Amino acid sequence: MTPQDRRYTKTHEWIKIEGDLAVVGITDHAQESLGDVTFVELPSTGQKVAQKGECAVIESVKAASDIFSPVSGVVSKINDDLESSPEKINTDPYDKGWIFKLRDYNKEEYETLMDAASYDNFVENEQ
Amino acid sequence: MSFISNTADQKIEMLKTCHVDSINDLFRDIPQNLAPKSFSIPEPKSELEILSFFKNLAAQNGSDLTCFLGGGFYDHFIPAAIDALVSRSEFYTAYTPYQPELSQGTLCATYEYQTDICRLTNLDVSNASLYDGGTALYEAVQMATHITGRKKIIVDISVNPVYRKMLKTYANNLSLELVETGKGIGLCDRENIFSVLDKNTAAIILQNPNFFGFIDDHSDIVEKCKSLGILSIQSVYPVALAIIKTPGEQGFDIATGEGQSLGIPLSFGGPYLGFMATRKEFVRKMPGRIVSRTVDNHGREGFVLSLQAREQHIRREKATSNICSNEALCAIRAHIFLSLLGKKGIRDLASLCVDKAHYAMETIKKIPGVKVMDSLPVFNEFTVKLPVKTTPVFEKMLEQGVSAGLPLGNYYPEMENCLLIAVTEKRTINEINRFAMLLEENICQ
Repeated sequence: MTPQDRRYTKTHEWIKIEGDLAVVGITDHAQESLGDVTFVELPSTGQKVAQKGECAVIESVKAASDIFSPVSGVVSKINDDLESSPEKINTDPYDKGWIFKLRDYNKEEYETLMDAASYDNFVENEQ
Repeated sequence: MSFISNTADQKIEMLKTCHVDSINDLFRDIPQNLAPKSFSIPEPKSELEILSFFKNLAAQNGSDLTCFLGGGFYDHFIPAAIDALVSRSEFYTAYTPYQPELSQGTLCATYEYQTDICRLTNLDVSNASLYDGGTALYEAVQMATHITGRKKIIVDISVNPVYRKMLKTYANNLSLELVETGKGIGLCDRENIFSVLDKNTAAIILQNPNFFGFIDDHSDIVEKCKSLGILSIQSVYPVALAIIKTPGEQGFDIATGEGQSLGIPLSFGGPYLGFMATRKEFVRKMPGRIVSRTVDNHGREGFVLSLQAREQHIRREKATSNICSNEALCAIRAHIFLSLLGKKGIRDLASLCVDKAHYAMETIKKIPGVKVMDSLPVFNEFTVKLPVKTTPVFEKMLEQGVSAGLPLGNYYPEMENCLLIAVTEKRTINEINRFAMLLEENICQ
């Protein structure tokens, strides 16, 4: 089930509002397509990111893929656990597999993103 | 059977499909001033003619000279076993296999080569090799700019001038800022270095032993760089590493060097061997391929190419480097060389070089008017200042069958009286004595 409490991008990231911060990760569909994740190159905290800007890289046994920020903002936290356990992206993409958190993020940009139903529909049509 | 795959008819058909009349029409977009004036090449030659052509060309190499020439490339002894082993077709024909895991023997040898380099440099990881010492140094620069996101590179003039020229050529059309430090013969210029280090600096490049032959401990510079988030790169002479303080012990982040001295013959233009090692934290930014040891699904040991996501065929424009190959055969030569010598053998070799170089220094010091730069420790190479210009002396000695060293004026105009002399384990006491005698005679003339 695609969680209802967040928004989605066409590049298969999710973004969820938690208080003042916006949490970003990749979708279950994305982790499924990538295969076993072996390494995550995280952004640095304090880094400014633009909407659709490259800010992380996920390496899997199949490929290396860029992660694009769903909205613009400033990286305030990164998920250090992924350095030693990148497989969390596979096992728990919507919770423990989060990648980074943004502060001062752009709320209008967030509103333009897909909700769970639209994303499911998008994935279905993409295949 | 014709080995030319396209028949005349097929060519006409293909041209028709492309809507052009002739093959030349395919090159119409190239402006006239850039197009080759002609494609005329000499008539074909027979096998016999080709053999004699290349024999004459090869004869122009001074292969029977008594060699005191160094400057980054050294006349070390090469055991016959190396040629015999690398000539085995399993090694000789497999360049970079496109399904590399099929070539377990090549991968195993490369893995062992990487282990050699890690042990020599005292760093965590080595790649499968690079083209030569100069390109390896450039790759280290690229690595440092990727890691730090900075563009300024400090390089001391005691780093091999050939490498510095290569760096300049590479950096020419990139947004890299190369800053040279240092004044003249001696250790790298700390005062000057410390004055140019800043928060925009990606890396510093030093060499040990440096180009003038001096051995240094750069730990203080490395420490200062670390406090400013600057990466430190050391270019090294692998034979010397057997007995001098290693890049790892001095705290360096990246070590590179020329591997020619490890069983690879001296020849004009190579092929030579670039090596590179770094700390584990930077492994994903290291260029080239890395062979790893693993187990298959039956638990059997095997070797694989790992971390390939950094490479061009997967990462495309985001690859760490455009290096997607390695100097496989030369790396295997280096591995055989080091295996034959072993841990003790390489130390003995290094000590022999030191002893003979110091004997040569003492002998040359007795020549009136010659000043040996011996105020600082050296490995197997040292600088002397002659009372006359070096080049004519060097040329006369060439005629007498001795390659006297490297006239430093070629690279440092103010040093036209200076000669860089290298002494390897191959030089005998008689050769060194004759060298000193000829040097004295030619200076006096």
